[in-house]
Amino acid sequence: MNMTLISDFVTRAEALAISSGQSLSTISRKLLNDGKGLSRLKEGGQCTLKTMDEALAKLEALEIELSGEAKLRMTHLDRLEAEAIHIMREVAAQCENPVMLYSVGKDSSVMLHLAEKAFFPSRPPFPLMHVDTTWKFKEMIAFRDRRAKEVGMELIVHSNPDGIRDGVGPFTHGSAVHTDIMKTQGLKQALDKYKFDAAFGGARRDEEKSRAKERIFSFRSENHRWDAKNQRPELWNIYNTRVKKGESMRVFPISNWTELDIWQYIYKENIQIPDLYLSKKRPVVEKDGVLILVDDDRMPIGPDDVIEEKMVRFRTLGCYPLTGAVESEAVTLPDVIQEMLLTTTSERQGRVIDSDAGASMEQKKEEGYF
Amino acid sequence: MAHLDDLIATDILGYLKAQEEKSFLRFITCGSVDDGKSTLIGRLLYDSKLIYEDQLATIEKDSKKSGTQGDKIDLALLVDGLAAEREQGITIDVAYRFFSTDKRKFIVADTPGHVQYTRNMATGASTADVAVLLIDARYGVQEQTRRHAFIVSLLGVKHVVVAINKMDLNGFDQSIYNDIEVDFREFSRDLGFTDITCIPMSALDGDNVTIRSDNSDWYKGPTLLEYLEVVDVDKAALDAPFRLPVQWVNRPNLDFRGFSGTVASGTVEVGDEIIVIPSGKRSTVKEIVTFDGNRDIAREDMAVTLTLNDEIDISRGDIICKKDTPAEQADQFQAHMLWMSENEMFPGRQYLLKTGNKTVPASVMKLKHRIDINDFSEVAVDTLALNEVGVATLSLSAPIAFDAYNDNRNTGSFILIDRQTNETVGVGMLDFALRRAKNVVWQDLDVNKAVRSEQKNQKPALLWFTGLSGSGKSTIANLVEKRLLDLGRHTYTLDGDNVRHGLNRDLNFSKADRVENIRRIGEVARLMVDAGLITMASFISPYRAERRMARDLLEEGEFIEVFVNTPLEVAEARDVKGLYAKARAGEIKNFTGIDSEYQAPENAEITVDTVKMSADEAAEMIVTYLKDKGFMSGYEG
Repeated sequence: MNMTLISDFVTRAEALAISSGQSLSTISRKLLNDGKGLSRLKEGGQCTLKTMDEALAKLEALEIELSGEAKLRMTHLDRLEAEAIHIMREVAAQCENPVMLYSVGKDSSVMLHLAEKAFFPSRPPFPLMHVDTTWKFKEMIAFRDRRAKEVGMELIVHSNPDGIRDGVGPFTHGSAVHTDIMKTQGLKQALDKYKFDAAFGGARRDEEKSRAKERIFSFRSENHRWDAKNQRPELWNIYNTRVKKGESMRVFPISNWTELDIWQYIYKENIQIPDLYLSKKRPVVEKDGVLILVDDDRMPIGPDDVIEEKMVRFRTLGCYPLTGAVESEAVTLPDVIQEMLLTTTSERQGRVIDSDAGASMEQKKEEGYF
Repeated sequence: MAHLDDLIATDILGYLKAQEEKSFLRFITCGSVDDGKSTLIGRLLYDSKLIYEDQLATIEKDSKKSGTQGDKIDLALLVDGLAAEREQGITIDVAYRFFSTDKRKFIVADTPGHVQYTRNMATGASTADVAVLLIDARYGVQEQTRRHAFIVSLLGVKHVVVAINKMDLNGFDQSIYNDIEVDFREFSRDLGFTDITCIPMSALDGDNVTIRSDNSDWYKGPTLLEYLEVVDVDKAALDAPFRLPVQWVNRPNLDFRGFSGTVASGTVEVGDEIIVIPSGKRSTVKEIVTFDGNRDIAREDMAVTLTLNDEIDISRGDIICKKDTPAEQADQFQAHMLWMSENEMFPGRQYLLKTGNKTVPASVMKLKHRIDINDFSEVAVDTLALNEVGVATLSLSAPIAFDAYNDNRNTGSFILIDRQTNETVGVGMLDFALRRAKNVVWQDLDVNKAVRSEQKNQKPALLWFTGLSGSGKSTIANLVEKRLLDLGRHTYTLDGDNVRHGLNRDLNFSKADRVENIRRIGEVARLMVDAGLITMASFISPYRAERRMARDLLEEGEFIEVFVNTPLEVAEARDVKGLYAKARAGEIKNFTGIDSEYQAPENAEITVDTVKMSADEAAEMIVTYLKDKGFMSGYEG
């Protein structure tokens, strides 16, 4: 029999399997009454013309059925998106004074995009807030200001005035002290100052092993502490949002997303992210085996330090002295995703913060850091 | 992350396109550590290549140090290692883990099988479509298997995989597998699972987990992963009646008024006729609005915003339904409940009940029984403690729109919140409404007597109490009304007090005015019966003709004459209001029995002899009459 006929048939059957979410053997059974028929044809097997005619007719019927169903299909990203929107609307409807914590990273970018979707055609009914440690990449700050303006949301920027007064920074005080004062304490100050009763955060359960059991609505006491005993059961999609004065909720609408989901969604939805995620020639200095970007002149350059121009990008964004660059040739988003998929180490390795002794994520969360 | 998928390296755009088409499944694994649950999850993560090399290096190191599998990698360490990280007494200990294949993304709710398992497992099961129950082939169906099956069934999981694990230890003996399968199907027959798939496996070696095993060539069914990749959990929900619980009213400006929410079941299209429960207001769908453009159709689980063609009042808490298949509404329910708090349940105390989109004060009226989750028996109790399951009746301060949990998990579930601490103390699944306030406006019927009385779940009637002054008519009528109210019926009583001072205050006690009095009362009573009410009229109404006139205003069978038969001497001796004395003294003219005639009924439907019978007994007799004659449909017990 005509080989093109068979290979066309196999191609269409494979496309049907992908778009219908059914396995090839299921499709094969439906078309040929034989779970292995398709793979035999694919490997050069033959069948009678009568069988082929019947199979083609069935294939066509299935394709038509599917195109009608296509409008009703929900992919895993559709479902994750819908879940996040549901969570955001619940907060908007139930909490008195919510805020979205915006850290300018890729997860925040996804969260902001979801917020635009959740309330469309209204603007999201809460402000964005960035806790600025004053050591963020310059590019992040520019990106932040531009995006807030484009989306039309109020942007609150808070930097810990005590830390600024004392000149706290990672180079002088070390990463633990800097992070505690400028980030953790800064965040608490801001939440107290504006009396927010709910704050969206972009944390994911797959991100770090201690988060696998975290709630979507995470209860925080009056002093912002996370208490294991005080976390509420979460069944179905019914969330208990009630807090007393002073208490609050951290709400994680993208809890169930994985890193790959985030990247895929950014790609599919064409979401803006800072260029720092893409590789280009940047001036870096190697410190303790980590490549640090020379982002401004506060960076101490010792006699042994060499500033090199390298093709680098960042897998996570934070304070530039605490965020290691990775050498990479990934200059487009698909390149980045490809690299991420082929890479062999988990995401957080680029974060200097995790390597600090005695500063586990767990402890940081109890203290109020995400 | 060493994905084998060749496309990643060669055609990343093609890879991304293919990955976008993935579907989604949430499942729960139940079993204790000894059943090999952690090994199974570790195996799924490992075989789907979702372990980074640095994580793997750690496990390999740990396997040598503390593993139980000799030189093999102990995959349980991957999962148990994560769990150890957080054993700080977190309440509700459910870990969510993620993996995906080229076809589906999976979220696994991993719950510890030991202490406190009930609330943990219920939490994980509440969002799961499939439950994987592990059974150690060496021990077969155990008490804990029954517990786990009961809990997932309670939470409405319909698809169950029975993973008969550790088959390597019996050389994949088919008869052992068969016995366990028969046992499981036998005891779970009444648990409402729509499909049960038994798989012989060894999680340790990977047999029939992701790869078909050569050791069990007698087994023709799918591997666990094959099953998880193709099981269809979607279809039924799309055929279910459309429900959109309104979460948030979207009002960016005066020209746009949309109703945002996540579709709880079914589908909706532009142009569909809708009805809002509980208000009963109707309209048609104008647009299905999303950020990505308007859609013609939306389905279960989509988060959308509807606009309607009419300006009707809708707020958070309402459910938008299709016109022909509205949700029910009620304020009293029977529900299955699971207690989640260290503080026991207090029947009678007011809690806040929160459904998917509405919060109302509610109290537990009566705890019918606790269910022993080991043998499914019913135990009479006064309260529920942590992790206990029971059946209770609840009373809400306002009606809510709902479906039975068995029909719809999204619109039949609720949580109870303690008003003082704001803790979530209990969760529940609605069984049915006690007072069926069934919404009846769904069909485009004219609203008439039949529709109104159907809504009240009763047949309207007029109980006409006649008898001498002081015979006890009003006393009995009041008792009857109280009993009917207790039974959830809709009633009204007309008597001299509420008629003489208003409607008939222009009438006196002359014969002509007495006739007119009864005529007006008859007309008002007819309107009340038309409204669907069980109406009581309590008047001396001395003349047969006027009683006949009232009877003729109503349909056959609706008029029930109750002759409250008290001899004049007895009534006069009682003389509760002192009226007989005044009549005898001539102070009141035309007093029935003294100087005006009383024509006793000849064929009254009910005759009460108040000399032989107390008022309570009389009321009981009348209510029984109504039950027997079918005026109270849906009456149970």
